[in-house]
Amino acid sequence: MGSSRSSLRRVPDGQQLLQETGFSAAVLLRLHQRFQFLDKDSRGHLRSEDLEAELSENPMGDRIVGAFFQPGQETVDFPSFVRVLAHFRPTEKNRTRGGEQPEPANSRNRKLKFAFQLYDRDRDGKISRTELLQVLREMLGLQVTEEQLQSIAERAIQEADLDRDHAICFDEFRKSLEKVNIDHKMSVRFLE
Amino acid sequence: MRTNSGVICMIFVLFLCCTTGKCKLQETKPTNSVSLETVKPHPNDIGEPQPYPEEEKGKLPVFTMDYSRIQIPFEFTLWVLLASFSKIGFHIYQKITIWIPESCLLIGIGLIVGGIMYSVKEEPPAVLSSDVFFLYMLPPIVLENGYFMPTRPFFENVGTVLWYAVVGTLWNSIGIGLSLFAICQFEVFDLQDINLQENLLFASIISTVDPVAALKVFDDVGVNEQIYIVIFGEGLFSDAVTVVLYNMFAFLADMPVIDSVDVFLGLARFFVVGIGGVLFGLLFGFMAAFTSRFTSRVREIEPLFVFMFSYLAYLVAELFAISSIMALITCAITMKYYVEENVSQRSCTTIRHVVKMLATISETLIFFFLGVVTITTVHEWNWAFILFTLLFAFLWRGFGILVLTQIINPFRTIQFNLKDQFGLAYGGLRGAICFALVFTLGNTINRRNLFVTASIAIIIFTVFIQGISIRPIVEYIKIRRTNKDLNTINVEIHTRTMEHLLCGIEDLCGQWGHYYWKDKFKKFNDRFLRRILLRDRKAESSIVSMYKKLELQNAIELLDTTMGDISAAPSLVSLQDEKKEASRPKKTFKATDIRKMHDILSKNMYRIRQRTTAFTSKYGLPDDSQTREILIRRHASIQRSLRAESFREQPAQNISKSLRYYSLQPGGNLDSGLPLRRRSHGEQDLLLNSFDWLWYISMQILPLADYLFVFTGSNIRGRRAPVPAARRRSPNRVDEDEDEIVSEGQGEERHLPPRGWAPENRDLGTNEAGNSLLRPSSLRSQRSWRI
Repeated sequence: MGSSRSSLRRVPDGQQLLQETGFSAAVLLRLHQRFQFLDKDSRGHLRSEDLEAELSENPMGDRIVGAFFQPGQETVDFPSFVRVLAHFRPTEKNRTRGGEQPEPANSRNRKLKFAFQLYDRDRDGKISRTELLQVLREMLGLQVTEEQLQSIAERAIQEADLDRDHAICFDEFRKSLEKVNIDHKMSVRFLE
Repeated sequence: MRTNSGVICMIFVLFLCCTTGKCKLQETKPTNSVSLETVKPHPNDIGEPQPYPEEEKGKLPVFTMDYSRIQIPFEFTLWVLLASFSKIGFHIYQKITIWIPESCLLIGIGLIVGGIMYSVKEEPPAVLSSDVFFLYMLPPIVLENGYFMPTRPFFENVGTVLWYAVVGTLWNSIGIGLSLFAICQFEVFDLQDINLQENLLFASIISTVDPVAALKVFDDVGVNEQIYIVIFGEGLFSDAVTVVLYNMFAFLADMPVIDSVDVFLGLARFFVVGIGGVLFGLLFGFMAAFTSRFTSRVREIEPLFVFMFSYLAYLVAELFAISSIMALITCAITMKYYVEENVSQRSCTTIRHVVKMLATISETLIFFFLGVVTITTVHEWNWAFILFTLLFAFLWRGFGILVLTQIINPFRTIQFNLKDQFGLAYGGLRGAICFALVFTLGNTINRRNLFVTASIAIIIFTVFIQGISIRPIVEYIKIRRTNKDLNTINVEIHTRTMEHLLCGIEDLCGQWGHYYWKDKFKKFNDRFLRRILLRDRKAESSIVSMYKKLELQNAIELLDTTMGDISAAPSLVSLQDEKKEASRPKKTFKATDIRKMHDILSKNMYRIRQRTTAFTSKYGLPDDSQTREILIRRHASIQRSLRAESFREQPAQNISKSLRYYSLQPGGNLDSGLPLRRRSHGEQDLLLNSFDWLWYISMQILPLADYLFVFTGSNIRGRRAPVPAARRRSPNRVDEDEDEIVSEGQGEERHLPPRGWAPENRDLGTNEAGNSLLRPSSLRSQRSWRI
């Protein structure tokens, strides 16, 4: 893959990103092409409109787009774009790492953290009842009444809330999903 | 009451059919007396002997009847009505159609009518003869399939689809043919006179699949896009492949000896037929698109071109004996994209409706006549042949899917697991093409009747048994998976969130592999094709897409300001049990409540990837309600957050993104407290000015918000909306000025805000502008607004 190495030079911080995210060079190149495709006016960064256009039919579209932007920022450059997508790389099995190495972006923990942050928009570390209600409203059709939504949210919090603070913190979130195969649910296969 | 009247209608029409049938018997008697009543004897005829002496009196008959003149159209209409009445009758009971596919019911009714006709010794009309079927009944169905084909998933999976269709059909034909030939060698079955060619011919006839029932079930249950598109495409292309194979084998069956040269010729012919079909289709598709560019002054006949050109493609392909089905499909796909951008909204809707209507009629008639003809043809029953046919058809299909999937899975990014493969294999029902083809078998084949009987048997078996059982089986497989884990509510919610998240990330990443070609095609499209074939030649710019969003926001504004938060609206369609028993949120939840919650979640959570199934549901027009709900809600929340933000932050920040508000101008005619938008500066200037303008317009038609709410609400229930009064005032302007308003709109906005309200007639014009730009691609949810 000599040609891809040389064209990797076109990608800003290519080598460093390769190491950080664990993507292969081919995948990184494709992501760069995709980034340039989304960046229709060739500014070198993406705005939320560019991303929203792709996600208009997704009920969680604006949350997903929001996850790309750091708080306070309004543009996404290529390294940030790739770092977010690194969460969705399938986890490799049988890989041991030393304790000093930083946790890779696509570990189960980091994936769960990403999902957690979709709910927790005010970043206070807990999913409160209102936040859960908002998510439910986005995901359920208009035929569900408010009372039903309330009871579902109430039940969800009851099930997960172990320390009785009427909110779900990250550990409780993780515990409630311990039986779920997160790698399967949160990996995009062609990012391998 | 309704069922009784439905039954009475049906009996009445049946009676009519029988009497018309009886009238046919009287045809053999001379009918000359009926048609010659009013002719006075011609002067030249006076010398000749008069055949009917009583005519000389020349009295004017008061009441006459001439049946033979109207016979053909009359009977045709009656048959269509009868089939359609049965369709109405089925839908009176919603529950029936869920469990028993419509095709079964239609065949059933057909069987009954066939029985009646048989008992009065009548012949049914020759609807399923070769010419009538292939020239009149098949094209509408194929057109509908091609027109509503979901192009994006199709082109992403085109390799897989063609693989299953072409290689799969070949595999099935050859496999079944050879095994049947092996069976025929046994003397005990009395089948020895069927040679290899005939067996192959028969096998090619019964290996085509008709996935209508399977698709409907998959649609309802919500299987993934990949399976859906493979079954859809396979059904489409296996028809084409079967017809080619049939012609090939029919030709070979006549020849006493086959050389290997013939096999190669057959293969070459195959490619000629396929590629030729595609080329013809492209040609006619481009012709239709080009024509539609010039039809802006003759809007009424715009839909005509779609139908005429596609039918022409079909017929010309038939003329050259290349694959007419491929030609028609390619024509429809090519045409659709450009034509829908050129024609008016009304024509677009008309085209879609008529395509669906013709296809439904055709399909209904075909299944109906399948039932009728089953009773009235001459059969030859041979247990061995028929049972082995069924067995081999099933086996070879299952085996074929297994092997083909193993081979192609490594090339796919999303691979098929065993459940998918089962769905594919079980969803392979046989249908009408099989039936028509078997009727066109020539009489040189001496066991023709046996073949007819066997085909009918396999069609009825697959349609009834597989068609009815596929839904429970698919649901059982799915249900079993979730029950096993005993999901908590948490898990259900979170897993669904993750699925949506994953879907979104995949969309952001775009598609791998095909991306290169897609991009190339897009560039070619933008640079050449769109310039030539479209009337409005601008490529979609970001401003246009911004207009689309603004229009939606505009509507949301109305809903939001007058009716409050839409997501807290009372349920529009009440689920009666749940509503009665849902109580206030208690601290403890009974098991029944929890089960109900699971139920609510599973029924109401938005399905992933609705895009495919939304376009291909066979029995209705595309259902956009989910997309619309999502879009409405998202834009409402964007509005709310923007408004909230603006009140929090100080005005003097960077304004590249946020809008600013000021309080109401004195003398404005708004309710106090509704914030206005003000023009802001910077790079978004153009954008925000047009937005301001639309905002002012929306304030003008604020009193009509009631209409809009009812109209959105009722749309969600699937009914059509009353046209908002604003539009009624300018019926003519709708069509004429749609395209010119764009430039007008962009030029005007700088003047508006300081001057206050825009005059009304211009508002309407711009509303149309905003609407006209909504037509292309992604925001299809807008279509049903604009009848």
